[in-house]
This record gives sequence, structure tokens and C-alpha cells, in this order.
Amino acid sequence: MSKDSLFSKKNMKLISDPLNDNNPITVQVLGICSALAITVQLKPAIVMALSVMAVLSVANVLISLMRNMIPSRIRIIVQLVVIATLVILVDQVLKAFVYDVSKELSVFVGLIITNCIIMGRLEAFALANSPGKAFLDGLGNSFGYAIILIIVAFFRELLGSGTLFGYPVFENLGLYELGYENNGMMILPPMALITLGVVIWVQRMKNSKLVESK
Amino acid sequence: MDVNKNSYTFGFAAIMVIIVAALLSSAAIGLKPFQDRNVELEKKQNILSSVGIQIDRDGAEALYSQYIKSELVLNNKGKEVEGSAFDIDLGAEVKKSADEQVLPLYISEVDGKTRYIIPLRGKGLWGPIWGFISLEDDLNSVFGAVFDHKGETPGLGAEINKPFFQDPFSGKTIFEGDNFTSITVIKGGAAEGDMHGVDAISGGTITSDGVSDMVKERLSMYLPYFNKMKPAIEVEQIMAEMDSVVTVNDSITQ
Repeated sequence: MSKDSLFSKKNMKLISDPLNDNNPITVQVLGICSALAITVQLKPAIVMALSVMAVLSVANVLISLMRNMIPSRIRIIVQLVVIATLVILVDQVLKAFVYDVSKELSVFVGLIITNCIIMGRLEAFALANSPGKAFLDGLGNSFGYAIILIIVAFFRELLGSGTLFGYPVFENLGLYELGYENNGMMILPPMALITLGVVIWVQRMKNSKLVESK
Repeated sequence: MDVNKNSYTFGFAAIMVIIVAALLSSAAIGLKPFQDRNVELEKKQNILSSVGIQIDRDGAEALYSQYIKSELVLNNKGKEVEGSAFDIDLGAEVKKSADEQVLPLYISEVDGKTRYIIPLRGKGLWGPIWGFISLEDDLNSVFGAVFDHKGETPGLGAEINKPFFQDPFSGKTIFEGDNFTSITVIKGGAAEGDMHGVDAISGGTITSDGVSDMVKERLSMYLPYFNKMKPAIEVEQIMAEMDSVVTVNDSITQ
């Protein structure tokens, strides 16, 4: 156990690092599947980011608490069981008490289980660190995930449907009368990949640490 | 303790499985009544919404008994049979062969107008889709439709539960003369004035096609009932007209 406080500079890096230098999507290229599938509109993207945040932080803490008890040969199975249990529990509770949110999430709940960011963090971080740090790491990585999801969803919803959170931006600006048309390609998965590629490109242009030295 | 011993590994796995199983099953059993209640209220809410009554889920119960006058169970000959229409699991029914199915039908009366509500159930891209379509008392024009889905792609197929997709159904007709045409969801958009077509959703073609198939398949099951009812409805209309003629005559004689 480290002696320094939970909010020391070193621990704060656990939150700030995944936002840029070590972003789970754009640098580690994890969780691409869900990033492509649910970024057609902003609202589902944000709901998904929040659910991943809840599951990842709690799973990180649980695995970290059990880290000295888990037999290493079945650790992946244990991680998967913890994630799946959490996701099912959350789903059941949502269905019983906040039915509307549960409907909004629908297919995402299943996607959370298969999100490799979660397994990746459990395996790489929670198994070797104390619960407090694991919690911060979980938060940090889900923020990193959320940021990319929101950026991609922003451009896809704006250019693909001309709306933001369902609010008709382009219609109110009067762009359609000038002959503007929505780009239908933006709502299809290939453009999600290309948008994500552009985000990675811009990020590497701004952040010299990410560029491999020759 | 050596956590890598075989016996420890097996023990750990066994205990973990028991704890998780106990946790999940008690959660599932404990929460079931709440979940079922939500599903039931939502069904009532959807039925009401197909006849144009928008209400939040909590208020659905009271309005349901106020507006839904009768619930019928039909067989595929159009005959009424015993049973509770509301409790029919349509998902199980559609898997049976046509002559074994029982068909629920709801009849509503809103502002003195009778409307027939037909529950729908079909296949989308990833899983089941369902909904309700309400017909005017001519059993031809659609008054309204609501759809929902289990897990269609958010932003694409999942948009079938949005008003922009559902609203165009109202005013369409399911018969051309005496021929059953149903309503088709058309990729690329329905032509203007098309009485049997509505616009599909870009990027949601398979779900949209699923809606077409569902509406056609389900409505076709009710055709025998429609055919039986139509003459009766016409007679009623004629009677109503005669009544008004009689009243006019009365007023002239007086």
C-alpha cells in the first residue's frame, strides 16, 4: 500500500492520463465496437458513457479488493463473472425502478459486458493496485472513453441528422433553404470509423508524445 | 495460503458461483413484481397511445378502463373465443400455426368514436419488435400506430418508436377497394398520395422491412373478422342515416 493520500499528484494522473496521453479508445484502441455502434446521436452516447463509468469503477474496486484471493489461473473468468453480475444487477434494478432509463439503455447493457476497456483495466490495473487507486483509474478511463464518444457523436449527429440532442440546429439556422442536405453517410458505421480516425489524427498532431520516434 | 493450488482454485470458483447465483436469483425474484407492473402499465400506455391518448405510465391504469370498452379474443375464423385478451403472450402466439393462434383485439371508445386496436408482433434486425395499430370503425383507415422494440440499433432501427416514423401511418388505408394491401414501409420514401405506404428510416432498412412484414402478417390474420364485421357496420351506418331521415320527416310533419 502506498503511503501518499488518495488525491496526491500521482493519483490524479490516474484520472488525467486516460483523457489524452493514454486514452483507452484513441491510443490503446480498445472499445472501438461500442464507440462505432452508439455514436449516431449524442444522447445514447452519453447514457452509454455513464453506464460504463458505473460498471468500470465498481468492478475495478471489487477486483482490487479480491486481488490477493483470486487464483491467477482463473482470474479472467473471475473478472468476467464480476462484470456480468454487476451489469445484470444494474439492469434488473433499472427495469424495476427506472423503467424509462432501462429502455433507453436497452442493447447497451449487453455491450458493456463485452467492452474490452473494462476487462483491460481490471487485468492491467485493478489486479495490482489498492481499491482507492483502482476506483480513480476506473473513473479516469471512463472519462477518456466518454470524451471520445461525445466528440464522435457530436459530429455524427450534427452532420448526419442536422440535430444535437434531437434539437434541429440546421433547420433553425435555415441551412436547408440554402440547399444544404444532411449527409446520410454519417449515420452509417463506416463514417464513425473515419470520424474516429480523424480524431486520432488531430490528437497525434497536437500531442507530440504520441508520435513514435524514428 | 497458496492461491494457486488446484483445490483452492476449485473451491474459489465454486464459492464464487454460489454467491453470484444466490445474488442474481434473489434479485430477479425480488424485483419481478415491480418489473411486471412496469411492463403491464406500459402495454396499457401503448394501447391508449395508438388511439391518440398520450398519458404517462402512472396514469395509464385509470384511463385504460375508461376508454377501452372491450377486449376480445378471436380465432382465425373471426369467431370470438373464451380468454383474457390482455394476458395473451403474442410472442408465443405468432410462433404457432395460423389456425391454432388466438388473436387479441381491443375496442376503444374515445369521444363517441369506436376504434379497433390490433396488437402487432414481428421481427426486427436484432430481436422482436411489437406495437399496436388502431383502425377507424370502417375497418379500413388507420387512426394511429405505435411501435416498440427490444434491441434495435439506437439511432437507426430503434427510431421506429419515434413519432416521426409512427405519425405518417395515420390516415393510410389497408384496403384498396376490396383487396387487402396492408401498409408498406418504403425505402427511399413513399410517393406523395400513396395511401398504403410510409417512409422508411435511413440506415434502418431491415427494421423498417420488419415493420412492413409485421403489419401485413398480423392484419391479415384479422381479415375473417373484418369481413364479418363490415356488413354489420354498413347496416349500422344505413340505420343511422335512416334514423336521421326519420327525424327530418318527423320535424316536417310537425
